[in-house]
Amino acid sequence: MVLRLLKYGLSRGYPVTGDLPPTPDLRASYDVVIVGGGGHGLACAHHLAKYHGIRSVAVLEKGWLAGGNTARNTTTIRSNYMTMQSIAFYKEAVALYEGMSEELDFNVMFSQRGQLTLAHSEATLRAFHLRAETGRHMGIGIEVIGPDEVRARVPELNMDRGGALEIIGGLWHPDGGTARHDAVAWGYAREASRRGVEIHQRTAVTGFGVTGDRVTQVQTDRGVINAGAVLIACGGMNYDMALRAGVDLPIRCFPLQAMVTEPVKPWLHTLVSSVSLHTYLVQSSRGEVVIGGGSDPYQLYSTRSTLDLKEHLAEGAVHLFPFLRGLKVLRQWAGITDMTPDYSPIMGASPLDNLWLDCGWGTWGFKATPVAGKRMAECIATGRVPEVLAPFALSRFARFDLVNEMGATAASH
Amino acid sequence: MKLLTCPLNGPRNIDEFQYLGPLRPDLAEGAADADWAAHLFRAENRPGPMVEWWRHTPSNTVFLAERHTLTDTILRTWLPGAKP
Ligand SMILES: Cc1cc2nc3c(=O)[nH]c(=O)nc-3n(C[C@H](O)[C@H](O)[C@H](O)COP(=O)(O)OP(=O)(O)OC[C@H]3O[C@@H](n4cnc5c(N)ncnc54)[C@H](O)[C@@H]3O)c2cc1C
Repeated sequence: MVLRLLKYGLSRGYPVTGDLPPTPDLRASYDVVIVGGGGHGLACAHHLAKYHGIRSVAVLEKGWLAGGNTARNTTTIRSNYMTMQSIAFYKEAVALYEGMSEELDFNVMFSQRGQLTLAHSEATLRAFHLRAETGRHMGIGIEVIGPDEVRARVPELNMDRGGALEIIGGLWHPDGGTARHDAVAWGYAREASRRGVEIHQRTAVTGFGVTGDRVTQVQTDRGVINAGAVLIACGGMNYDMALRAGVDLPIRCFPLQAMVTEPVKPWLHTLVSSVSLHTYLVQSSRGEVVIGGGSDPYQLYSTRSTLDLKEHLAEGAVHLFPFLRGLKVLRQWAGITDMTPDYSPIMGASPLDNLWLDCGWGTWGFKATPVAGKRMAECIATGRVPEVLAPFALSRFARFDLVNEMGATAASH
Repeated sequence: MKLLTCPLNGPRNIDEFQYLGPLRPDLAEGAADADWAAHLFRAENRPGPMVEWWRHTPSNTVFLAERHTLTDTILRTWLPGAKP
């Protein structure tokens, strides 16, 4: 990496190459059609081409790469979940992020600066102890720390001593970090297309032709194509897309909002989140303070923002770091998130033989981009669901065998 | 702020209300496990008009609303049992 960077820096004229070829014409058929050009779909395409030798792959994206939730998210990457099934899965995600810039020969700016979740009550602290024990058992970096260590890690925090929101401890997760979201998508896209994957931007899937137990046709606004296998990775539109193939997923869509302030000098060196305040913050490498929180209160298919939610985010942020008061908000936005009843994804087989699901990513799926791509590619290439994905099967709902992550996900993503 | 019309109290700020989710069909007596699973975990989520439960928190009025989930327009609200 370093040598290559040096060579590039010293080369005459800084050779520039286009990252992606222009969108080609659609062919009549592909071995695999991936619906959705977000991080997940592109990561799967990369793994299919590089590790399984499947190169007749089309990624169909109705807008532009990463224009869904991939480039709208607040980029929290972590593995400090509640259940052993989730921790095993997200631990693999973090490990893949650690090697991603090398894997893709593309700097995704992974910054493993640790995540600190704050406890303002004994009840939260007890839940943290449970998460820390389970996490340690599963081999991730995680510990409960007292208020003095919280203060030592983030001296600017308002500890609210004696107040209603006094910080009485924290959950410290040194494995946590962030990465550059659009770089993740573009890195995968470039590698996949180098190996022959076709990326079709501005190509919307409108429906499917289903014969018996198989999807036989993918209908698009640029024509109809045949596919050996189909992956649905449509982010906020997963419910709607699966329904077009007759699959009714246990998903409800809610907007999720975030915002960033104008840049200030670097002062926040970890990710900080507060479950009670429904607020979390991270300072970007440009110095902007990225602020996120809980979902909108009711179902909606819209990326409109509301003043109420933005006020709520600002209130939480200013409570934790009073000196942020007066900073200007530079950008604010929303994404549509596909929420499941247990705050875990739906991955693997569908009721149709050749239709695969990478859905239900809700407010927490950016961190899973590399592992979901890798494991879904394995499903498609081998026809078998790997063990690490088994707990997340659609069939878990009919078995009442949920993977409940609400407590570890609702406010920290 | 967005307004929602409570059938009892008239138009109020939407932050006075609690969303209770889409209307679900009743479950028949002696339903099978699969019906229970669908009843608990599947809910209306198609883009378009949807009927859902809301509660006006200060007056504890639980009522129904029809709302369009693409445009966020509230089409009508009514008390359960009353004619919409
Ligand atoms: C504000 C916000 C903050 C978040 N914060 C975090 C976080 O901190 N950490 C974390 O891990 N996760 C976070 N998430 C969740 C995360 O962003 C998503 O779960 C993840 O990006 C999903 O990736 P994806 O590739 O599956 O979907 P997307 O990136 O949404 O990609 C799906 C693509 O499908 C395309 N599509 C839709 N319909 C069609 C169609 N008909 N035909 C063709 N293409 C179609 C869309 O245009 C889109 O580009 C956050 C989400 C939001 C909105």
